[in-house]
Amino acid sequence: MALLSTADQQALRDAFGAMTRPVTILFFTQAIGCETCAETRQILNELTEVTTQVTIQEVNLVLEGERAASYGIDRAPGLVLLAGDEKADTRIRMLGAPAGYDFMSLVDAILLVSGGSPQRLSAATEARLAGVTEPITVQVFVTPT
Amino acid sequence: MGLANRMAFASEHITSVTVQASEFYDLSRKYRVSGVPKTVGSNGVEILGALPEAQFVEELLGAAADEVPGSA
Repeated sequence: MALLSTADQQALRDAFGAMTRPVTILFFTQAIGCETCAETRQILNELTEVTTQVTIQEVNLVLEGERAASYGIDRAPGLVLLAGDEKADTRIRMLGAPAGYDFMSLVDAILLVSGGSPQRLSAATEARLAGVTEPITVQVFVTPT
Repeated sequence: MGLANRMAFASEHITSVTVQASEFYDLSRKYRVSGVPKTVGSNGVEILGALPEAQFVEELLGAAADEVPGSA
């Protein structure tokens, strides 16, 4: 059964219409011990049905461990967003199924890296970020509801 | 929404990882996630709850050096 309603699909088509460059999602999976990999696969597949600008590339976490490690991914399901034809790393990752509220987070992130998001950081934040010179990883814990 | 993602996209030094707390109990336990959203920086900063952009940035990154009162 489809997760997205017809109305959802239309809303997403409208939103994704603002994308100015393609987005590739690396989808790290594993066959055993990943309870939500199947659900994540379905969600991602339904996304690709409403836009041709999003491509899913499924990667086996175990078989391609080095590739996973290069993105800091050590569990599944893990998503990595890459922007443009050059597949530039956006440094945006998600661990766990992008369901419920987090589905909107994923849509928001796709729009952001595709140039289709109207939201901007403030000039003050941009200035503060320009002063960051050491690597920082920021984990944000969320729940789907 | 997605402040950490926006910061990561804007700065090559910042990586944003959104974690489904209910799927990864080991991580939730490790970082003592008692509510969401909870933000944990590799710099040791922890923020419980959502904050407006300016406060979030200041809490996470600290005040810019030239804005710290009394700094040279």
